Amino acid sequence: MSKIIKTENLVYSYQAPEGELPIRVLDGVDIEIESGTFVAVLGHNGSGKSTFAKHLNGILLPEGGTVYIEGMNTQDEKLILEIRRRIGMVFQNPDNQIVSNIVEEDVAFAPENLGYPSDDIRIRVDEALKVVGMYEYRDHAPHLLSGGQKQRIAIAGVLAMAPACVVFDEPTAMLDPKGRADVVNIIHKMRDMGTTVVLITHHMDETIDADRLVVMADGKVIMDGTPAEVFCHVEELRETRLDVPETVDILYELNKEGYDLDLKALSVEECAQEIYNHFN
Amino acid sequence: MLKDITMGQFFPGDSLVHRLDPRTKLIMVILYIAALFTAKSYVSYLVMAAFLIISVRISTIKFKMLFKGLKPLIIVIAFTAILNLFFTTGEHVIFEVWRIKLTWEGVRTAAFMLVRLVMLIMGTFLLTYTTSPISLTDGLERLLNPLKKIKVPVHELAMMMSIAMRFIPTLVEETDKIMSAQKARGADFETGSIFQRAKALLPVMVPLFISAFRRADELAIAMESRCYHGGEGRTRMNVLRMEKRDWITLLVGVLVLALVIVLNILGL
Amino acid sequence: MVIKLNPIISTEGLTHVYSEGTPFEHVAIENIDFAAYPGEYLGIIGHTGSGKSTFIQHLNGLLKPTSGVVKLDGEDIHSSKKFTRQVRFQVGLVFQYPEYQLFEETVYKDIAFGPKNMKLSDAEIDKRVRTAAELVGISEDMLEKSPFNLSGGQKRRVAIAGVMAMQPKVLILDEPTAGLDPEGREEIIENINNYRKVTGTTVIMVSHSMEEIAKSVDRLFVFHDGNIDMRGTPSEVFSHSERLEEIGLTVPQVTKVAMRLRQMGLEPPRDIYTTEHLKAALLKLKGGEADA
Repeated sequence: MSKIIKTENLVYSYQAPEGELPIRVLDGVDIEIESGTFVAVLGHNGSGKSTFAKHLNGILLPEGGTVYIEGMNTQDEKLILEIRRRIGMVFQNPDNQIVSNIVEEDVAFAPENLGYPSDDIRIRVDEALKVVGMYEYRDHAPHLLSGGQKQRIAIAGVLAMAPACVVFDEPTAMLDPKGRADVVNIIHKMRDMGTTVVLITHHMDETIDADRLVVMADGKVIMDGTPAEVFCHVEELRETRLDVPETVDILYELNKEGYDLDLKALSVEECAQEIYNHFN
Repeated sequence: MLKDITMGQFFPGDSLVHRLDPRTKLIMVILYIAALFTAKSYVSYLVMAAFLIISVRISTIKFKMLFKGLKPLIIVIAFTAILNLFFTTGEHVIFEVWRIKLTWEGVRTAAFMLVRLVMLIMGTFLLTYTTSPISLTDGLERLLNPLKKIKVPVHELAMMMSIAMRFIPTLVEETDKIMSAQKARGADFETGSIFQRAKALLPVMVPLFISAFRRADELAIAMESRCYHGGEGRTRMNVLRMEKRDWITLLVGVLVLALVIVLNILGL
Repeated sequence: MVIKLNPIISTEGLTHVYSEGTPFEHVAIENIDFAAYPGEYLGIIGHTGSGKSTFIQHLNGLLKPTSGVVKLDGEDIHSSKKFTRQVRFQVGLVFQYPEYQLFEETVYKDIAFGPKNMKLSDAEIDKRVRTAAELVGISEDMLEKSPFNLSGGQKRRVAIAGVMAMQPKVLILDEPTAGLDPEGREEIIENINNYRKVTGTTVIMVSHSMEEIAKSVDRLFVFHDGNIDMRGTPSEVFSHSERLEEIGLTVPQVTKVAMRLRQMGLEPPRDIYTTEHLKAALLKLKGGEADA
């Protein structure tokens, strides 16, 4: 499988107020992401996960180390549009990503910037809106939609570029449960369509279905594996001020009482089955 | 409260006026204003009024909506009319109190000014009521395109305008929210002198500005992420195209202006 | 002997219609009877558009009922203009994302904004600011800093302190943990619990996170379509988990596990909403076997 994203010893610091040392937010991050996979990145605020995301399409450039997107270095100015076309970005606040006051005009923004012909843009826009289930709202004004619907428009706006990979930077943090569920469903749909997905989040339950889970703390990758592998390390996660899904928590708590349940039973179904097998 | 302002609002529809190219409508408004300011006689005003009424009829916009739009501007209109009423010099004095003189000429000029302003505003509103903000900026950008040659940042200006229009409702909503939140902490926006009330708005304005800057910052990043790099090489999904109806409309516009000029020359 | 308490805040037949008489007319809440008793900790849950935000804005008089009354200590809050203004201070309301309302140069001044509007003496204001800051874990040395240089979680706590400093009889918080990471959420919940313990104030917390709310509150109100769909202790409400899911609320994962177990034939109780509950219930089912 080919690597779509590759970072080598990525280092980045934010400028601090005068007289103070710059704050190092990324401290040697080495990650390779394979094409077509769904990778979740978990970490608390200040762990560097959002800064990491902004390096993937050259919004931020590394202070040390390199980021390669399909082999292209993000520091090469001539390649920046090529990189951004391949790596779509969805951010936290849906309101601040929407440019136009008509839904379909907004979704057309990226392909228009890329200079595609009008007919082609029309096809891309319609398709993207259908993927996120907002086609019927194409002539609506975004400000009259709910937060979840706006976020779906923002996703469509990125999909219209037909990117190879979409990076979601805490896309559900500001949404209600219904909006969250819709966005998560779209993420699953995209993975099924073969798009690489990088999901930055602090909601553990959104990471359960990922192919791979990367945990960041203090600018470093501290765990990397399948969600089931990562969440087994209950104590380690709690030490870094993160939690585990309730499914793991209940199994872990029961094991404390002398049971031998498999902590890898992450989903509700698996967890219930695991408990049933031992308690029936 | 804030949401009730109809100024600059767009009422979607499918009339001939709605379907016209925004460039046509912009040029028509310019021709219309030029004709209004050329018109000097009752006859020419009648021509202009007829033109306005017919256009409004075709647009299916209700007169009621146009009059509603006038409301916030009543003070400006009244002020201009009153100025004209008392500061026009003339022979036929109606009455004179102290230094204030009211003349027939004043009444006539004020009446004309009033009609002219009301018609001007209604005509421009007809444009914004029937044209979506986005196609309006589009039209403006295309019309002003030749100015790019003399280094006028036409694309940037149009982009700024359309983003401003996109964020007005968001910021209005936000203002409402911040006001409620500060009211919950006992802020009082309704009583006190003008000075006190202006000062009371500080707890609303500061957060509003901070949030606007934050939004601008995030929006800029989101736009760059979607490959925005200025107007160069940018294409559009909906391309403006001048149809037969546009050319006919423009011809009508030119004819109306010509008619008003001819009426002036004839002294009618 | 039955001690009969009077509600501190209550509503009777509370109805609010937005844009009445226009084509946009919309009934946000309809005929709501609600009562909170002194010292209670209440939770309100409901999805967006369920009417919960409209409801709480009636409790401190920001919105006026279309019909029905809101009473504070038995008195209609709209009985006089003067009383309505009093109510603003006695029923403190913390809006969603309250950090976006900070505006003063220093943390201290921002927290003092409410008490100042109450026209209190400088000494009293100073006392209240310091107490409120302490309650939410804002240290002395932070008081003179600009609120805009704080972290997201700290800003939020300063904003909450700004309402606490008014020392309201009832404190209402609308989604106080929205958008925070698990650690930030936990801190805020701890601050609120601590505040309750110290002051004994009635607290009403609005949330759409069941996990969070169910663990702390005495009673829960479930809003749906402008009505109160369910009310009772968390156990009572969670014993109707299917109904909660039906009206579009996400129930905690442990509740889902318990529901699934019941379908499989195990019999844990119906009202499970924390891992401790489920653990205890399962151990009980198994009797002493686990120890063997």
